[in-house]
Amino acid sequence: MSKITYREALNQAMAEEMSRDKNVFLMGEEVAEYNGAYKVSQGLLDKFGPKRVIDTPITELGFAGLGVGAAMTGLRPVIEFMTWNFAMLALDQIVNAAAKMKYMSGGQYSVPMVFRGAGGSAARVGAQHSQSLENWMANVPGLKVVMPSNPADAKGLLKASIRDNDTVVFIENEINYGDVGEVPDEEYIIPLGKADVKRAGSDVTIVAHSRMTGFALTAAKELAKEGIEAEIIDPRTIRPLDENTIITSVAKTNCAVVVEEGWRFAGIGAEISARIMERAFDDLDSPVIRVTGKDVPMPYAANLEALALPSVRDIVEAARTACGRA
Amino acid sequence: MQVAGNDTLGHHSQVIIQYFFAGGDMSAKQKQDAGITHEGIFFAQEQLHEMHDQMLFIRRFEEKAGQMYGLKKIGGFCHLCNGQEAVCVGMQHAAEATDYMMTSYRDHGHILARGSDPTAVMAELLGRAGGVVKGKGGSMHMFDADKNFAGGNGIVGEQVPIGLGFGFSSWYKEDGRVTICIMGDGGINQGAVYESFNMAALWKLPIVFMVENNQYAMGTSLDRASAETQLFKRGISFKIPGMKIDGMDVLEFEKKMSEAIEHARSGKGPILVEAMTYRYRGHSMSDPATYRTREEVDEWRTGRDPIARLQAQMIEAGLATEDSFKQKDRDIKKEVAAIAKAAEAQPEPDAAELWTDIYTDPIEGAYPYPGKVG
Repeated sequence: MSKITYREALNQAMAEEMSRDKNVFLMGEEVAEYNGAYKVSQGLLDKFGPKRVIDTPITELGFAGLGVGAAMTGLRPVIEFMTWNFAMLALDQIVNAAAKMKYMSGGQYSVPMVFRGAGGSAARVGAQHSQSLENWMANVPGLKVVMPSNPADAKGLLKASIRDNDTVVFIENEINYGDVGEVPDEEYIIPLGKADVKRAGSDVTIVAHSRMTGFALTAAKELAKEGIEAEIIDPRTIRPLDENTIITSVAKTNCAVVVEEGWRFAGIGAEISARIMERAFDDLDSPVIRVTGKDVPMPYAANLEALALPSVRDIVEAARTACGRA
Repeated sequence: MQVAGNDTLGHHSQVIIQYFFAGGDMSAKQKQDAGITHEGIFFAQEQLHEMHDQMLFIRRFEEKAGQMYGLKKIGGFCHLCNGQEAVCVGMQHAAEATDYMMTSYRDHGHILARGSDPTAVMAELLGRAGGVVKGKGGSMHMFDADKNFAGGNGIVGEQVPIGLGFGFSSWYKEDGRVTICIMGDGGINQGAVYESFNMAALWKLPIVFMVENNQYAMGTSLDRASAETQLFKRGISFKIPGMKIDGMDVLEFEKKMSEAIEHARSGKGPILVEAMTYRYRGHSMSDPATYRTREEVDEWRTGRDPIARLQAQMIEAGLATEDSFKQKDRDIKKEVAAIAKAAEAQPEPDAAELWTDIYTDPIEGAYPYPGKVG
């Protein structure tokens, strides 16, 4: 095992896959000569040259579509959005083209590509640069949505995503880029569609993805001091969702908290809550509790920003309530 | 080649008659050489007949589609290309089979010209199992990967960044292919088009951007929608040369399109072609086209019709007669009727098809489950 950052893990994943398959290329704003706005693509230009690591103009819709077309000819594009906020400019190509191409063409054209970049809330950048939109993407058949919460998952999941024969929306977390974690030295792949139990526990199930997984693990430590053992489940792939791991956990704990950074209305928590209700209703001793971002655009002021986001305290309180220990 | 600023429209082709039919007794040499020379390009009679028959076939196919739509056998949107046949056919004769092609939702004529099975195209319109995309796409989403025809795209201008990607792929793989990316005079106002122009020119990608200027974006005439109505000039800011071609003259179109394709193939980067054409029908089947005058439509239909034009040229050159064209028309109508009958006789897609072709690598045991609602 080596200790590396989340950013380095992503970098290694791309470098390894580009070495393995000459059809893989990386394209996006500042990915080449600048070495990446968040330095995720550091050194890749030197290693693979300007044909495979390509700086684009600021033109998200155009280069997203370029990726779709290139993928339809058998190339394996990795299209980087500097952040997912800018991917909204490219939604037509992601939703109307990439996701539907295989179906519309009666199976003739696949779109094996990865759209990746930073998502979630960033720090002090205001409403337009700080939001979670994974529920938009997860709503669309034809897409797979992946959100790693730590360096080891980031590497294994990105490698799996690049090898996948469908379009993968890979949402990294801007604040997690500097996180350090242990990553296996040997090559490994983490299959898509598999959740991971990040902490075993018997009293309450907490489902949390991306940056919120770390918040939930911190909350679990607090709860343990009170004798509450939380089971933390990171879905890792949002679509399709490994609901069996969640349902199995709820059968054991009989209560659940779902945490997400994004807005509450029609969010990931709403979907997971509904699935628990549909499949594990009889196992529940109490209603599923959702901990979500507040229903407001992200403010700039530090105090307001903190209030807009879920906190460790919110998760602790929700878990206490869920298992009747409030 | 005409570059932006030089308008080539208004030019009339010079038909040079090679040989006359003299009572039908031509020598073998004469037969071989019979044809029409247009602007220095020789079109042999076999090719001329092929072009004619393809255009007429598309015309009759579209008429049949319109008829089937009227009978409510074709649903949804149905955009016909009557009047634009010379563009579809001229382009196919100019391109290689390995070249990539994609267009908007007005796609029947292009996929037919590309050589796809017309029964499968008609079956697609009728939502049948044997449709070119298994009944999943309909009129707007025709694809044929074996023919390098990548749609059939329903969002105006959406196919242009996708075409950019095909062109990029040829640059990346150095495979010598050209991408012909087709849009309309409506589509060219989308921002995605200029993002694509910029990158295509920046990286010198082998792409022919082709605008079918049929004068109307749905009900909005060109001059009501475009500050610069000379659409072939739209690439100037990106250093993309432009050509304006008479899209009602199949020989002229083939010749000029060949030059454009050669430009792209030779590594000089993209080129923008504006094909001046006209659709005889409304935007879609639900459009009575009240935004234009009967006189205007008649002017194009009777004065500039691409099929009548080629027929006149071929008759003048002694390669056919009015009677032989009439017979050909009867044969094609019969063929199209048989195709429609065969397509209609096909079953609807199996219900299980609802759940196929969503993912290449479906993930077992994860929700939502393909094939299950709950």
